[in-house]
Amino acid sequence: MGRFHRHDDATGHGHGHGHDHDHDHDHDHGVGDHSGYATGGERIEVLERIFDENDRTAAANRADFDTHGVFTVNLMSSPGAGKTTLLRAALERLHRRIRVGIVEGDIETGLDADRLAGFGAQISLLNTANGFGGECHLDAPMVRSALSRLDLAAIDLLIVENVGNLVCPAEFHVGEHARAMVYAITEGEEKPLKYPVMFRSVDVVLVNKIDLLPHLDFDLAAFYRNLRDVNPDVAVVELSARTGQGVDAWIDWLEARCATQVAG
Amino acid sequence: MHELSICRSITAIVTKHAAGKPVKTVHLKVGELRQIVPDTLAYCWELVTDGSELASAELDIERVPGAIRCASCDETHTLTAPILVCPQCGGRDVTIVSGEEFLITSLELAEV
Repeated sequence: MGRFHRHDDATGHGHGHGHDHDHDHDHDHGVGDHSGYATGGERIEVLERIFDENDRTAAANRADFDTHGVFTVNLMSSPGAGKTTLLRAALERLHRRIRVGIVEGDIETGLDADRLAGFGAQISLLNTANGFGGECHLDAPMVRSALSRLDLAAIDLLIVENVGNLVCPAEFHVGEHARAMVYAITEGEEKPLKYPVMFRSVDVVLVNKIDLLPHLDFDLAAFYRNLRDVNPDVAVVELSARTGQGVDAWIDWLEARCATQVAG
Repeated sequence: MHELSICRSITAIVTKHAAGKPVKTVHLKVGELRQIVPDTLAYCWELVTDGSELASAELDIERVPGAIRCASCDETHTLTAPILVCPQCGGRDVTIVSGEEFLITSLELAEV
């Protein structure tokens, strides 16, 4: 370990670097100085955000979307909330009106992609099984690899169907312009308080399975109170992917947002 | 378990900054408004670094409480729950001033 210098006192940076960032040694550190530390081992100041690498790739994705005038939505939910069914209902309506692309995150299978076939949308499947048994979210590099299989120039609206999970996807930006989540009223009123990061991060909550309201002990007003407590400004659309009730309102939201996105 | 892929990101950043020197401790700041569980992070760190040059490096996690500033009463309040409502006046026009941190602050190198 000849390259390693031990500092016997806090001020003895005697190997040729001062505190003026005019460093001539081999570690690549950023801001700050060392003077606040008086420990035996050397300190290297880092001050690097852990999501920086993801966010750089997200910015590259975003630049590609903007270049091609693609409006991109990151669609998230818990498993079974109805993302794919709702997406299918949306594709039925958007088909022949705007050109849709889908990035489909699925841990093991292509089942969801099969359910979405036949509506003229470009679909890029991302199986997220790798490493320790499958990722629980899509991150920006994964979406970037999916983009290589899409013709962005022929897409107006890109929907990234994330992995069903209320925790992990919230932390990873993929370059999207907006975040939507599908929340099913069968999940209970308290969910916004249990998963505040997810509910706080979204622009619109699609309150799904609203047709079941008469059959459930579900307090819609309590749910909205909890939702506003974590995200006061969020838009809400009540709908049923099964009956089609309210789906047009979501389509209107998507088309309005798409219209604001012009190729740069 | 996004802590697993997060630990991979941490190892990449640490490896870059350590530049081959042995790391004893990785100091992190984790805001309480993040959905990141310190114990899970520490567990995943063991998994990800096992058998690598970072195997003996430990995570030192500093938690940063969530805090909001209320536009109505112009006060800053530390949060005990992730509810973005001013506990003093009930105002909802609030700005998060801390609690979303998630960064590596420094590395402590091992003495040899």
